[in-house]
Amino acid sequence: MEISYYPGCTLKTSAKNYEKTGLALLPIFDISPVEIKDWVCCGATYSLTSDNLMYQLAPIRTLIRAKESGNPRLLTLCDMCYNTLKRAALFIENDEEKREKIKNFMDEEETDYRGDEVEVVHLLTLLNEIGSQKISEKLVKSPLDLKIATYYGCMLLRPKEIQADSAENPQLMENIFQGMGVEVVEYPFRTECCGSYQIVNRREIILDRTKKIISSAVKNNADLMVLSCPLCDYNLEATQKELIEQDSNFKPLPVLYFSQLLALILGIDPEINDWSLHNIDPTPVLKRKGLL
Amino acid sequence: MNNKLTLENIQQFDLDEFQEISGENIFACYQCGNCSAGCPAADFMDLAPHEVIRLLQLGQIDEVVKTNTVWICAACVTCRVRCPKGVDLSKIMEAVRQIVLRKKNNYVDLNKIESELREKLPQIALVGNFRKFTL
Ligand code: SF4
Ligand code: SF4
Repeated sequence: MEISYYPGCTLKTSAKNYEKTGLALLPIFDISPVEIKDWVCCGATYSLTSDNLMYQLAPIRTLIRAKESGNPRLLTLCDMCYNTLKRAALFIENDEEKREKIKNFMDEEETDYRGDEVEVVHLLTLLNEIGSQKISEKLVKSPLDLKIATYYGCMLLRPKEIQADSAENPQLMENIFQGMGVEVVEYPFRTECCGSYQIVNRREIILDRTKKIISSAVKNNADLMVLSCPLCDYNLEATQKELIEQDSNFKPLPVLYFSQLLALILGIDPEINDWSLHNIDPTPVLKRKGLL
Repeated sequence: MNNKLTLENIQQFDLDEFQEISGENIFACYQCGNCSAGCPAADFMDLAPHEVIRLLQLGQIDEVVKTNTVWICAACVTCRVRCPKGVDLSKIMEAVRQIVLRKKNNYVDLNKIESELREKLPQIALVGNFRKFTL
């Protein structure tokens, strides 16, 4: 089965580990991702103003490309792309007047788009549709003696109308990993914001968030953390070294994309990972747990 | 902070413009404080999120603009999903930002970000940040 695929900017650059491992999972389940043509950056954060439609153009153009591809299910891996595309689609589906305005502005577009023809779907949702039982049948590494903390952050879960899972108690990653015998630890920060784009000019906020989130996962005995957003990944990893310098009691925790861990468990060649992209080297714990 | 209310300073606030930008009714808020209780960035804010709405209800947008609150908000939308009145505070924060930005006052300057950091940051951090803090 073919599925349209929208990578977004970050998966082609700093989040290569996510793209490579995420896409490598799909052929195992007979799914072929087809990158859509002429995609553009979605804008990363959904515009929250009602009166300026310019910010809606980029995600809508990408949705038009997806419609034209003939495979109207559009796969995203990045949580921020997921959120922006999904909210933009809903916005024009529900507001006929603004939809017309946008359509008139983009008069060079040949394809009519109403907002409901393309279904944006996140990789975690797709894997949950395949189901933990089917995924576990492909298990190569077993038994697994591993405790992980899952981290969801915001963009996959909020607001409610686009959420991929419950905003307060998501289970998308739990379903996959618990199904294969990995222990998922409980800790209270799974859905709390990492500080997002504040990393650019308010680093102190990210340091505070990382300290709380990582320390709580460590306290609850996680061996590593898995997540699905390249910005959460950067924030929660890049600031750990500073936290170690600031506080000798701070214990670091390796952070991986969930797809990296899943690819290792399913026996995909670990060489597709570039471990040097990690700020906190995950290879010692992965070796100790027999995954490398 | 000077919170003295006068008919004059209440009337200076263009409520219609604010509602047009935000798409939100600020008077739906009944000040329960749920938004502030769950806000992950509240510790860094001069004004708690529910205080921003209260000042806006009283026409005091200038007082809001004097504080750092809207620039600390990370648009995480936690406040909105927990608000019992369905107020989307993330849109209200954005509307205040936009009112400032549209007067040509960008909040961040790409040239002031250290080049070493700029090269390391993922694109979504930069694009997202400039979307919120520049016009
Ligand atoms: S949670 Fe909603 S009703 Fe309560 S103070 Fe915040 S905005 Fe107002
Ligand atoms: S959207 Fe802004 S105000 Fe609301 S909880 Fe998140 S950081 Fe706080």
